[in-house]
Amino acid sequence: MRASETDNGGPDTRRSPAAARKPLGTETTRLLIVLSILVLALFTASLATGHVSLPLIRTLAGAFGDDPGMPGLILVEIRLPRALLGIIVGGSLGLAGAALQGLLRNPLADPGVIGVSSSAGLGAVIVIYFGLAAGSDLMVPIAAMAGAAAAVALLLALAGRDAGPLTLILAGVAVNAFAGALISLALNLAPSPYAVIEAVFWLLGSLADRSFSHVRVALPLTLIGWFLLATAARPLDALTLGDDVARSLGFNLSRVRIRIVLGAACCVGAGVAVSGVIGFVGLVVPHLLRPFVGHEPGRLLIASWLGGAALLVAADLVARLLPVMHELRLGVVTALIGAPFFLHLIVRTRRTLA
Amino acid sequence: MSGLVTRDLAVSRGGRRVLDGVDFTARRGRVVGLVGPNGAGKTTLLRVLSGLMAPDRGTVRLGDIELAAIPRANRAERIAYLPADAPVHWPLRVDRLVMLGRIPHASPWRGSDDADARMTEAAMSRTEVLHLSDRVISSLSSGERARVLIARALAGDPEVLLADEPISSLDPYHQLRVMELLREFAAGDRIVVPVLHDLTLAARFCDEIVLIANGGIVRDGSPEEVLTSDIVGEVYGVETITASTNAGNLVVPWRRLDTRDEAS
Repeated sequence: MRASETDNGGPDTRRSPAAARKPLGTETTRLLIVLSILVLALFTASLATGHVSLPLIRTLAGAFGDDPGMPGLILVEIRLPRALLGIIVGGSLGLAGAALQGLLRNPLADPGVIGVSSSAGLGAVIVIYFGLAAGSDLMVPIAAMAGAAAAVALLLALAGRDAGPLTLILAGVAVNAFAGALISLALNLAPSPYAVIEAVFWLLGSLADRSFSHVRVALPLTLIGWFLLATAARPLDALTLGDDVARSLGFNLSRVRIRIVLGAACCVGAGVAVSGVIGFVGLVVPHLLRPFVGHEPGRLLIASWLGGAALLVAADLVARLLPVMHELRLGVVTALIGAPFFLHLIVRTRRTLA
Repeated sequence: MSGLVTRDLAVSRGGRRVLDGVDFTARRGRVVGLVGPNGAGKTTLLRVLSGLMAPDRGTVRLGDIELAAIPRANRAERIAYLPADAPVHWPLRVDRLVMLGRIPHASPWRGSDDADARMTEAAMSRTEVLHLSDRVISSLSSGERARVLIARALAGDPEVLLADEPISSLDPYHQLRVMELLREFAAGDRIVVPVLHDLTLAARFCDEIVLIANGGIVRDGSPEEVLTSDIVGEVYGVETITASTNAGNLVVPWRRLDTRDEAS
């Protein structure tokens, strides 16, 4: 037996602590820089992509001058809100997915799990059903946010003050099922086929034809949600060691739960309100990035925020660039890319999951 | 009185009295071993002592202050709780996991600093897991994992260490190492309360033994007073072999006294 093949923890196989301590912090910083550059590049590509080709820099310079002209208007009024909403909604989905997976300690959790997406969808469908959407293009977003708020109230009431992860997940399943049933009921009883088509298309999710009023309506709640979630890194790290140890490390777990459910509801509810239901981003992004941050739930938050933004802007680009008759809906694209990719991830990592 | 003291403690769970009339005292600088049969209420007592569970009746005091009156953050700095079979939900790197023990001392707007890194490293070298620093927790053996989790509890440099069965998954070498460690730790004017099932090790390393059965303290005092063959025999339902050696007294459970399992 050669000495080099023994791995009994003897002195020669032990690395010195200094050598063993890989600087995980700088690795995370590098990841965040790479993701930021990716988001910026995709954002720029999103501005440059559309039916009309625009010289980007010259148009941008002109857009804020005295006479923006048609190219300037296209850029600022059509493409900029779309790209911004991609970042806002994608960031929310990634961040909320990472926070919920950390809270529930379940890699299968995503913003859909707590029922916020489907309840926001229900709010929108009700408005479309009663024909109220024609009044203002903000009616649907506001109704969707009201739906999300109702879901959170119901969830927190169902889950109680001292709910474990399983209770929260089951309460979310119940909220999801109920919202789904009411959506089906509305579609079932819809007065005209046009209302059904409008509602179904809205549910599929899209960033097309959005304006700055959508950005304005989504932004305040989104920022509140981002703040609530991004500052929850420490309690999420502590929860790695279980509820008892997290509490013994000084955290009030009911408050942590309320903070994260509320934060996720705020930013995802506001996101769904302006974009429709977009799946898989919140599920796949934290999964994809977790190995790069050493599986630490706290470090995963900002990384997933950037990753979600990048993925959604990219998916929106794909939706616009694919040469099909009707532009694909964004929720369809994310699910088409996301589901097989997710399956691949599960197969690849099944050993560490088990 | 300096120490961790309970008076007339009572706890019910699911309509059943788990602890009743418990007067427990652990003074500074001492290792106080909690022993007793399964289901006696040892873990419940440990959880009440750590502040994780509020008693239905009675008081817990740390020093001059009632435990419930100590602010949450301060309590987290002063008391470390090490559960038995603690879960680790994500495959964290060992040094990062031990660093979680520093959370009570970290300010919310700053990452970990040099002091945190020093304390983490010191705790890891105490439980002999420094060479596992860059391993992932899920790749360790159960004994290595248990030592990493002990290091996590030590990293916070607590005044009080409450450890539920800290040595049950360790080999004899590391059982002795951890028991020595608990003594060293207590010697720095700290309170150490481990739950133990190995009566011989409990007798050797604890300054005091508190024997619990059916939710109450049967006997407390020095190991010689509590761990006699009569008391152990009656409480656990086992016959013991005792031996006086020049190194100390040995209490070894040898045979079950009744045959209640076969009878059913």
